[in-house]
Amino acid sequence: MRSTDAVEWAYARWLDLVLAAALALGGFLLLEHGSDGSHVTGGVMIAVAVFMGLYRISRRVAVIAVPYLWLLVFFLVPFVIVIKISLSDIALAMPPYTPTLDPAAGWSGFVDFLGKLDFDNFEFLTMDPLYYKAYLSSLKIAVLSTFLTLLVAYPMAYAMARAPEEWRGTLMMLVILPFWTSFLIRVYAWMGILGREGFLNSFLLWLGIIDEPLVILNTNIAVYIGIVYTYLPFMVLPIYATLEKLDGSLLEAAEDLGCSRLQAFWLVTAPLSVPGVVAGCFLVFIPTLGEFVIPSLLGGSDTLMIGKILYEEFFSNRDWPVASAVAVVLLLILVVPIVLFQRNQQKQAEAGK
Amino acid sequence: MAQPHKTPVVFAPWENPTEKPLIEFKGVTKRFGDFTAIDNLTLNIYQREFFALLGPSGCGKTTLMRMLAGFEDPTEGAILLGGQDIVPVPPNKRPVNMMFQSYALFPHLSVWDNIAFGLRRSDMPRDQIGERVQEMLRLTRLESFAKRKPHQISGGQRQRVALARSLAKAPRLLLLDEPLGALDKKLRNETQFELMDIQEKTGTTFVIVTHDQEEAMTVASRIAVMDHGKLIQVDTPAGIYEAPNSVYVADFIGDVNIIEGNAKRIEGGIEIHYAEGAAPIRAMTDLDIADGQRVSYAIRPEKIAVSSEPLTDRANHARGKIIDIGYLGHLSSYFVTLGNGQKVEASMTNARRLSRRDFTWDDQVCLSWTDTAGVVLTR
Ligand SMILES: Nc1ncnc2c1ncn2[C@@H]1O[C@H](COP(=O)(O)OP(=O)(O)O)[C@@H](O)[C@H]1O
Ligand SMILES: [Mg+2]
Repeated sequence: MRSTDAVEWAYARWLDLVLAAALALGGFLLLEHGSDGSHVTGGVMIAVAVFMGLYRISRRVAVIAVPYLWLLVFFLVPFVIVIKISLSDIALAMPPYTPTLDPAAGWSGFVDFLGKLDFDNFEFLTMDPLYYKAYLSSLKIAVLSTFLTLLVAYPMAYAMARAPEEWRGTLMMLVILPFWTSFLIRVYAWMGILGREGFLNSFLLWLGIIDEPLVILNTNIAVYIGIVYTYLPFMVLPIYATLEKLDGSLLEAAEDLGCSRLQAFWLVTAPLSVPGVVAGCFLVFIPTLGEFVIPSLLGGSDTLMIGKILYEEFFSNRDWPVASAVAVVLLLILVVPIVLFQRNQQKQAEAGK
Repeated sequence: MAQPHKTPVVFAPWENPTEKPLIEFKGVTKRFGDFTAIDNLTLNIYQREFFALLGPSGCGKTTLMRMLAGFEDPTEGAILLGGQDIVPVPPNKRPVNMMFQSYALFPHLSVWDNIAFGLRRSDMPRDQIGERVQEMLRLTRLESFAKRKPHQISGGQRQRVALARSLAKAPRLLLLDEPLGALDKKLRNETQFELMDIQEKTGTTFVIVTHDQEEAMTVASRIAVMDHGKLIQVDTPAGIYEAPNSVYVADFIGDVNIIEGNAKRIEGGIEIHYAEGAAPIRAMTDLDIADGQRVSYAIRPEKIAVSSEPLTDRANHARGKIIDIGYLGHLSSYFVTLGNGQKVEASMTNARRLSRRDFTWDDQVCLSWTDTAGVVLTR
């Protein structure tokens, strides 16, 4: 595709998305707040938004349409709602914030509604150091655990790609297998393993390597273990994919030209697997930054992660507006790596052509 | 098949018993599981040779090359390079470079870096590396593509990069595995001459794998015809073509008529009785053939003359009817059935324009050839 085409195309699609999103948002708001009659209107608006998306996108490949619809319905619309809540004020009501949009009040009601939205919650986030500390600490944990995951995953992916062909399917299955069990149960299992009287300590004591049980559970170490374990497949699979399609004759050519096996790895295998490594790092880093289950179950009181803060604001303090503001900032932080990730994917797709 | 670059001095080290071969295969066998890919093979290849391995797919050509490059070890036997056993030497320590069938260019490196790759692994100083790469770029006419990545150049250019890369370290032996397979015919012919030119200039020993017999005939000093992991015949292109040692080789290289019959010894040769009532074929042969022995007679189409009356200066004649004519521009092939149903192909150069041609479909013609034109084969 020529670059001017690409720009035009993206531009046209973006406008579509905005329009459809606005319609869908209106529809959802009506569904949420409206009276009986406006429920129907809301439903119709959402349907129209969906059809707009479908119609416009159906001229493109259906493969593209599905993820975009998915994004629209399950990401963009909820996100706009979250932004709206983050601009509201806490209230002892159901829902616990104000203002809410009353479509019956007409245009003046809508203007009134907009006037009541403000950035107080975001200001609040800058005043309490807890928040920026939590963001920084999350960032640190996410970066470090992404790196650790890479260290574990690369050799695994390498071994898988090097295994005899008839084994590879099975090995891949083994990597994916943990997904068949609930994530929560698997994290609980780690509590059983890492605890004071857990399997790990019992085993090490039995071996005589240690005299005192190690304190791992409820520390950051347990959080790292949990994250590396949970997100390992997201790192292994993209790296495996790049290593597996690496042409074996390239390594033979490198050896033929005087490389040792190790040099051939560093000069050929490693650079050619970079796209997989980058993809895997993003796939681990992005969800880890907002991770909340693992730090709350395996971490200690000093484990500071923004996901945990968000959870507490939402459920303990019932402060939906501040929780929403935390979420919006988190998402803004994530926009950078997400865009970079998309670029990497695109570059890879182009290189594969 | 012109060979314009051949020097007038006859190059035939294999005929000189004092000449030391560069490569010696000594009773080499290679098995994959219980499949024998190379079967007790013995072969000498000499310095500066352009040696072609020819054979059907799966006959073991690549396996033979990979053993020379060091990617496979022989199951039995020894491989010597310059008198030294190279089996224990790993690929990166051998003075051998290979141009891969798939080119195997490094996609993340530019043309320049691909060519410099091997040099950087050697102890050559930096500035000399630059010079050497420039020299290789010039040799393969790639100067203007040095900065491109492999996916930004054409198939023919890629093939030249692969060649430049494998030549850069000035190996004692260069292995080329079906190097021209991906090229169209015209580019292929050009590249064949380019390869010969480069081989002359660099004095490197080339071993080339091909399944294109014409290519082998064009470039090679000697050709080895293989089948099922065995060498069937090793000889010069002319030797392979004019004096095949078996029906397999005769049939593999070029067009040939095979006529089977019973031999009868006569003064200075044999007669081959191939059909009731037909005059026997007279043929000269060095082989020791018994009376009544079943033999095959191989004769190339261009050695048979087509005429309306027998050409009396030739020893062999046969009458038949033209059933088909293949017009190839520079020559025409006449497919003639003899009285006993035996089909024979004869080809004549089209020295005259088409309208002046003498024969057409269903004409009765006479085929004539000399007693030295064909080869008697017993296997
Ligand atoms: N690594 C291997 N494992 C098992 N069989 C092999 C292997 N390499 C080659 N072969 C077999 O050896 C035979 C010769 O292969 P090859 O040398 O590649 O043939 P060619 O290059 O003449 O087409 C083929 O039948 C092939 O299937
Ligand atoms: Mg082959």
